[in-house]
Amino acid sequence: MQAIVCIKQVPETPNVGIDPRTNTLIREGIPSIINPFDMYAIEEALLMKDKFGGKVSVITMGPPQAVEALREALAMGADEAFLLSDKGFAGSDTWATSYALSKAVEKIGQYDIIFCGKQAIDGDTAQVGPGVARRLGIPQLTYVCKIREIDPGAKRIVVERLLEAGKEVVESKLPALVTVVKDINQPRFRTLLGIRKATQAQIPVLKPADINCEEEKVGLLGSATEVVRIFTPEPRKGGQVLEGEPEETCETLVQKLMDAKFL
Amino acid sequence: MPNLRVNEETCTGCGICIKTCPFGALTLEGELVRIGDNCNDCGACVSSCPSEALILERPEQAAAVDLSQYKDVWVVIEYEKKGVSHVALELLGKGRDLADTLGSRLCGLILGESVSKLSQDIFAHGADVAYVVENPALRKYRTDPYVDAAAFLIRKYKPEIVLMGATTTGRDFAGALATEIGTGLTADCTGLEIEPDTKNLIQTRPAFGGNIMAQIVCRRHRPQMATVRPKVMELPKRTDGKKGEIVTEKIDFDEERFLTRVLEFIKEEGATVNLADANVIVSGGRGLGEPQNFKVVEELARTLGGAVGASRAAVDAGWIQYPHQVGQTGKTVRPKLYIACGISGAIQHLAGMQTSDIIVAINKDPDAPIFKVATFGIVGDLFKVVPILTEKFKKRLGK
Repeated sequence: MQAIVCIKQVPETPNVGIDPRTNTLIREGIPSIINPFDMYAIEEALLMKDKFGGKVSVITMGPPQAVEALREALAMGADEAFLLSDKGFAGSDTWATSYALSKAVEKIGQYDIIFCGKQAIDGDTAQVGPGVARRLGIPQLTYVCKIREIDPGAKRIVVERLLEAGKEVVESKLPALVTVVKDINQPRFRTLLGIRKATQAQIPVLKPADINCEEEKVGLLGSATEVVRIFTPEPRKGGQVLEGEPEETCETLVQKLMDAKFL
Repeated sequence: MPNLRVNEETCTGCGICIKTCPFGALTLEGELVRIGDNCNDCGACVSSCPSEALILERPEQAAAVDLSQYKDVWVVIEYEKKGVSHVALELLGKGRDLADTLGSRLCGLILGESVSKLSQDIFAHGADVAYVVENPALRKYRTDPYVDAAAFLIRKYKPEIVLMGATTTGRDFAGALATEIGTGLTADCTGLEIEPDTKNLIQTRPAFGGNIMAQIVCRRHRPQMATVRPKVMELPKRTDGKKGEIVTEKIDFDEERFLTRVLEFIKEEGATVNLADANVIVSGGRGLGEPQNFKVVEELARTLGGAVGASRAAVDAGWIQYPHQVGQTGKTVRPKLYIACGISGAIQHLAGMQTSDIIVAINKDPDAPIFKVATFGIVGDLFKVVPILTEKFKKRLGK
């Protein structure tokens, strides 16, 4: 079984704070991590390889430093990795990104399942997975919290999707694209051998022309949406801390909530 | 050629842009700003520069379609057994404002098996037109038949704006539909306004877990698509008996082409899990100490008719299941009242609940960060405070 995993390197947001004087973002160094949801995607692909054999390829689009995210995936057990990185890709919105990634997938060629995390914790859109599926003409299964069954012979997959009111069980033909949520599995640790192989691995850096991307369909040129302004929102201010014994503070709180007519 | 450049004459080396860059791509070299390799042209720095020394060149491009052909504001109508979903009604309210500003019509798109009866509901909430497609293939939501149907109608009737609720279904649908049509989509908008001169839709949304807000436009493509979370927009008033136009389209679906099938739906026990719809959420965190102590949280939630939430710490410890997790890698919620019990308030948790109307925090640590955002805070032992709170609410609510 061939799996392709699309991952993204993102800033680790816990370190992002707001400077109250200038109302701008502060960062102390910029630790970058693999998008948390993508870790589950990588693990799910590795579990499939454990069970059925085959290959796991990992791709990402980003600045040159994103190669570190790919090395981490290789160290976990992925077989090969590709970095899409070029000024031509810079400024891509989700539409241009799904175009570039789908072209990279076509270049890799064979696949049974494409795994993605449900969304990236910087952009928070959840749009790239569905975009890639649509461009490749394959079914998309989003918010997957469990893969119940994969039948390679019948080219069939059954999954559970985590929706607001419960879980939906869906069956699909393969190949398909799956986006996964947290806790679908426990991502494995990198092994020493894995780290060694990852450090030595050759990771091709692909430009738009290398994957048959039309220039005007990627980067700023290829984006349908543009960011016109970024600002920091008014930080939510604290209110009051109620003092006293539980009996009093609770009475005060209940009164205040009734007064605020929230009920 | 880099798209972002620094005007060396006007740059004063103040360094504000360096702090604004979400990717740390800018550095100060002597008196001037240097743009690093990891700049990805997001444009955040440009508006922050007090000397306007940063320039992001956007190539001049013609519109991809004839924009003047596109009229009307559409809302994709999500529904359940009990009728039209709240988020769809909220979007009709906002859609009405947008349509009025543009001088165009507000239309609802209803896809399903026998759904034309829902038109009355949407007319009562401000829609002028209901576009309806009924077919057994649309009985339960699936990406492919729904995208086929919606794309067909959009190409035929050319709306300028299409709005959809940012529910799991909406987000599954919107990403695929926008790619199929070939247009821009902005997710999880908290603000939607019409730009007076261009009449473009200005879409405001959070990024980086809500630490920054971005304003986005889709200038050259149509329709401009946006998803909006439940409870962000106001529910409009209902006016029964309002009339509207129903446009029914027949589409022939070839079921053979659809490669997915919904087998079953497993409802979560009780009402304690649907966090998106809840007006009240009571959450438990590490401070609970043991899984059985969630009883205390559940009792309060039950008394208030609310849902039960949890911090990541509680979920990772195995005390409660993942669907209850609120936060950056869990759910984002916006209830009227959020009560956090034994939750310290890590930035990733706040990202999931800090836009709740009223936040109450109960924690024995007076320095817990959650007190910085709580409307009301009680420093104390939650095992004493929460049961007393529950009792008092029971009395007040006559339970």
